[in-house]
Amino acid sequence: MKMSVIQRSEFKERLHPRIKELGFSLNRLKKSPLSLIGLSLILFFLAIAIFAPQLAPPKYSHNPYRIPRDGYSAIPRPPSPEHPFGTTEGQYDIYYGVIWGTRTAFRVGITVVGSILVIGIILGSISGYYGGAVDEIIMRIVDTFMSLPTLVLAMALVSALGHSLDNVMKALIIVGWPSYARLIRGDILAVREEDYVQAARAVGCSNLRIILKHVLPNAIYPLLIMASLDVGAVVLTAAALSFLGLGAPVGYADWGQMTSFARNWVIGPPSNPLAYWYTITIPGLFILFFVLGWNLLGDAFRDILDPKLRRR
Amino acid sequence: MKMRNYIIRRVLLVIPVLFGVSIIIFVILSLFSPEQRAATFITDVKQLRDIQGVIRMHHLDAPLYVQYFSWIKEVFKGNLGWSKTASRPVLEAFFYFLPNTVELGLFSTPFIILIGIYLGSTAAVHQDKFVDHITRAAAIIGWSLPTFWFGLVLLMIFYGYFKGLFPPESLGLSSNLYVNSENFVRFTRINTIDALLNREWWIFIDALRHLILPVITLTVVQCALVMRIMRSSMLEALGRGYVTTARAKGASEKTVIKKHVRRNAMIPVITVSGYLFAGLMNGVVITETIFNRKGLGWWWWRSAVQLDIPSIMAAVLFNGVLFVLTNLIVDLLYAYIDPRIRLG
Repeated sequence: MKMSVIQRSEFKERLHPRIKELGFSLNRLKKSPLSLIGLSLILFFLAIAIFAPQLAPPKYSHNPYRIPRDGYSAIPRPPSPEHPFGTTEGQYDIYYGVIWGTRTAFRVGITVVGSILVIGIILGSISGYYGGAVDEIIMRIVDTFMSLPTLVLAMALVSALGHSLDNVMKALIIVGWPSYARLIRGDILAVREEDYVQAARAVGCSNLRIILKHVLPNAIYPLLIMASLDVGAVVLTAAALSFLGLGAPVGYADWGQMTSFARNWVIGPPSNPLAYWYTITIPGLFILFFVLGWNLLGDAFRDILDPKLRRR
Repeated sequence: MKMRNYIIRRVLLVIPVLFGVSIIIFVILSLFSPEQRAATFITDVKQLRDIQGVIRMHHLDAPLYVQYFSWIKEVFKGNLGWSKTASRPVLEAFFYFLPNTVELGLFSTPFIILIGIYLGSTAAVHQDKFVDHITRAAAIIGWSLPTFWFGLVLLMIFYGYFKGLFPPESLGLSSNLYVNSENFVRFTRINTIDALLNREWWIFIDALRHLILPVITLTVVQCALVMRIMRSSMLEALGRGYVTTARAKGASEKTVIKKHVRRNAMIPVITVSGYLFAGLMNGVVITETIFNRKGLGWWWWRSAVQLDIPSIMAAVLFNGVLFVLTNLIVDLLYAYIDPRIRLG
């Protein structure tokens, strides 16, 4: 009994500075109105994604991402009680599409960013910790990938792998990991020679244990900021690829794909040029606010966690 | 002497990256079947009748390293294959589409840099004041705007609501006919410049009308990045010793900002110009697609949709080479300006 109390206080002692810093960070976060807007936007979209089956009951239960159609007429129809946001060309229901599109956006963003975090951390740690020839090879690969524009490389990859949403995600993972690997490598190089790492090595810790217990916890923060900024960017690029006709198939609940329906309906008849505004505006605003939420949060995080700006 | 060594070292560093780019392209290429890949080696319509012959001639069924060398040999000879979207050899198609993209870049880059630097430094000088909050919020919104959607909204308003005020594509019907007629000399194939050189004002104005929306789209999205980098590097420069020194000497705040802070803060912006360039190319693909401007971005988009493999590979190659060259030039300029780099 007494033993566990001591252990717990020791535990507290050991984590103390980190908890204190976390508390400070959260406090700063609360004071920044922009970050709160960002957080509430993300929570709002999260709620939509979770309650999608209630908000828009699927017509095809085996494949809820297929947007139900109401007829086959090419001309979009304006909002009505039946279709709150109207229909696109081919009579796809916009309301259903944007609601289930939220799930698609979260899936794409989290899968891609999660995967590139893992790949980046593994390769970056190997590169930074071992150095030498391994480091040289990994970093040259990173340089090469970073010399190509994301969208162009992703376009090339998607056309090689085949046009589909899964392949868009694969392409974005292949394109995205190098910047993470480079960042974590730099941080590991910086902490590798610190006394506490040397001490751990002297005590006889294995390399894996040193990396996991001593190096990574001290280098992970910049990576997390980048990740939160990247969810927005990744969803934006995926939407762009779907818009360009390289991603989600026609009729799939995806914001980018839905915007592409609007391309033929930018202008209405001469008497009412803005007749089809809903086909463009609604899916676009969903993308904008979703990405904005992540970017606001990431921007606030960056100022908060940046040691140079933190205590000013 | 030191400078020469630095230049040699820096130029040699280009080789691994270019080699890496060629490997990436080759790996993507090898995902396709030999029949599809044969297109990369075709330079003439007649060869289309004998695809199997092309496969045999270029060893497309041979081991990968043999294929790599025969492919890279063709690339060095300038043979990038046949582009089915453009119905001409890839290299020819590249120069055919280049002028429209250069025009777009020529008109938008100055705005992106000037507006970005101005807004970024203004925000930093007034840190945590109202101006700062507004510009930062604007930058984040600009950064989050889906380019494709923003372009469509602009079209909806300025092409639809204002009855064709700023139309899509790169030229109107009548000016397009005139530009391609014999009365008009095509010096550069860049519409605005050619119109000026031919003294055809109406064509110049028409070309400008078609340029305005793409330039706005590209500028709004891209200048947010410049602004963000400029702001943070200004903040860093403001805290430096030389700023305090300048103030202590009694220099006016305006001089301090202009002569000491802003100049130093611009260095990081120049450093990332390679990445800015890559971002610009991303924007160009989407902008040209929406506005139907037949430039490089539009061509690459058509190629990706229609699986025109040689053209997509050329896109990757072109971007890689251009990025490497931009970075090379930036680094060499740096070494020239800053002795710490070439001596370090």
